[in-house]
Amino acid sequence: MVTSSVAAPLSNVPDALGRFGTFGGRYVPETLSAALDQLERAYAEAGADPSFAAELDGLLSAFVGRPTPLLFAQRLTKLAGGAQIWLKREDLSHTGAHKINNTLGQGLLAIRMGKKRIIAETGAGQHGVATATACARFGLECVVYMGSEDVRRQAPNVRNMRLMGAEVRPVETGSRTLRDAINDAMRDWMGSVETTHYIIGSVVGPHPFPRIVRDFQSVIGRETIAMSRKQFGRLPDTVVACVGGGSNAAGMFFPFVDHPEVRLVGVEAGGRSGQAGDHAASLSYGSPGILHGSLSYVLQDDDGQTADVHSVSAGLDYPGVGPEHSYWHDMGRVEYTSVTDREALDAFDTVARNEGILSALETSHALAWAVREAATRSPDEIIVVCLSGRGDKDAAEIARLRGLAADGGTA
Amino acid sequence: MTTTAATRPIERLEAMFAANRAAGRKALAPFVTAGDPDADITVAVIEAVDRAGGSLCELGVPYSDPIADGQVIQASYTRALGKGLTLAGVFDIARRASATCSMPILAMASYSLIFRRGIDRFVADALAAGLTGFVVPDLPLEESDDLDTACRRAGLALVRLVTPTTPPERAEAIARKSTGFLYCVSVAGVTGARADLPPGLVDRVAWLKSKTDVPILVGFGISAPEQVKAVCDVADGVIVGSALVRRIAEHAGQPRDALLTEVGCYVSELAAAARRAEP
Repeated sequence: MVTSSVAAPLSNVPDALGRFGTFGGRYVPETLSAALDQLERAYAEAGADPSFAAELDGLLSAFVGRPTPLLFAQRLTKLAGGAQIWLKREDLSHTGAHKINNTLGQGLLAIRMGKKRIIAETGAGQHGVATATACARFGLECVVYMGSEDVRRQAPNVRNMRLMGAEVRPVETGSRTLRDAINDAMRDWMGSVETTHYIIGSVVGPHPFPRIVRDFQSVIGRETIAMSRKQFGRLPDTVVACVGGGSNAAGMFFPFVDHPEVRLVGVEAGGRSGQAGDHAASLSYGSPGILHGSLSYVLQDDDGQTADVHSVSAGLDYPGVGPEHSYWHDMGRVEYTSVTDREALDAFDTVARNEGILSALETSHALAWAVREAATRSPDEIIVVCLSGRGDKDAAEIARLRGLAADGGTA
Repeated sequence: MTTTAATRPIERLEAMFAANRAAGRKALAPFVTAGDPDADITVAVIEAVDRAGGSLCELGVPYSDPIADGQVIQASYTRALGKGLTLAGVFDIARRASATCSMPILAMASYSLIFRRGIDRFVADALAAGLTGFVVPDLPLEESDDLDTACRRAGLALVRLVTPTTPPERAEAIARKSTGFLYCVSVAGVTGARADLPPGLVDRVAWLKSKTDVPILVGFGISAPEQVKAVCDVADGVIVGSALVRRIAEHAGQPRDALLTEVGCYVSELAAAARRAEP
């Protein structure tokens, strides 16, 4: 809590123990403590070494294709009939999503630490592809853990990971989704920690991961600020992003948190309903708890057992959220809301037909909120959506759900 | 239960180690998953462990996302939770078993569960159930002050873990904070039986012994009597988990007496190996 009359900037987190307010920290087996300390040191040293930033910036430019554009969504704006909708095109990044910003950064850190083997978890497969890509580029061995349910519904990404030489290990435990993939990646790391770096894909996990991933993803928000000033001469009124673990949202929001005039909105997966087990909206329905090494809002039962969650989008199908989002939530800096499977699928269609963009089902949650909100706002207002990833990977699953719906099932 | 000086639960652990030292024995600490295959059998298994020469029992509290555990213990947790086991059920198992057993019982519990219930309530429940302390596998030194304070006040042990990746100075700091005993993890990895003891383990335990007076128990990867003896030649005892949990799972479908006989024979064999160790 801030008690002094001069409030510290909201961006001045985490502290030395990885705390964002009361959230975050490091709740891991002792076996991992030394590796997390090592990562913290390597990250501090990299931050003080101009050659690290130069190398990463060079890769983000020539390999990823940054900066990604800020596009005025002309027909979507007209359709909504209110505020202007602009799209920050992370889907145009190499590999089709923002995840590559983080995997290149962490890949360079792994090289600095002398680690030659990389492990990662993935839900939608975008982080797995981005990790496989970075490993191929850097010549590192790559193993990706992925829930077998996600292997099924995100098949194109599994194929792409394997094409780039990564080993994809399907995870058959628990709900066979992102949460179980993180468990198995952590277990691998328990036994391989001296030679392996774990590239976690979101702003979750033990300190220093939430901070490192946020920092690498903050290029999204920094570019958005610069482009907004150039393209419409001011900052947007509202910035919106989808939130599962919350890495694209953290990267987009972080450079904005000290600009209180900009409204920030995170959209969680509302799933089928607000009933427990039907959604994956940790901030909307959860409470503080510990999952995967940090304290944050979690969907748990009364005993602290992790709850089952559901989302049509594999990347949002996660019972926790990054600790910095919990901090922003409790400080009232970011509004968190949710959008249902149905609304996200409809937004996918709307954006495809009106803008010629196949957006990821994760991103479609943010788009659904933006279109609905724009309708209630004046044409002078500007909403920027973080278009975090492209939706090619979802095309087959959407067709399957449509088929089920046409056969009388529910999509 | 009151926690006057005379009945502080941790003293039961201290008395057990003192009696072992006096008798030239080392401690055998079997690990049992609560509620696998069911609560009644878990109570009977703990009683069988007690009769067969177990020095203390680690009662595994099932958790949905146990990242420090290998497949055997993870699967046992999943089975127990799948049958509807709650924390109240775990404390009930502990209460019933501690009422009839002479050996002390500790709970191995994820901090996720402790935090959710609230430290004070979790500690009070443990005291009421007759537990003597906790092993919390996902609570490193930096995050442990609140639970440490509550355990010291309640007279419960808070057993800390050191691993092969723990740097020497940190290992000493951890040993200083550990109460009851110090849990020396044999390998960098998850729980689960392994064929061989890791190289350097004996030297590492001997070094730790030179740095602390708190008893040292070695766990992870130990299943065979020869391994128990080799470890007990330097350590104050061993913890055997996955190998016992696997035996219980394999005999879960058989008559209860067969399961308890299997547990009793296996624990007796290990206890004999612990007795053969160098005093």
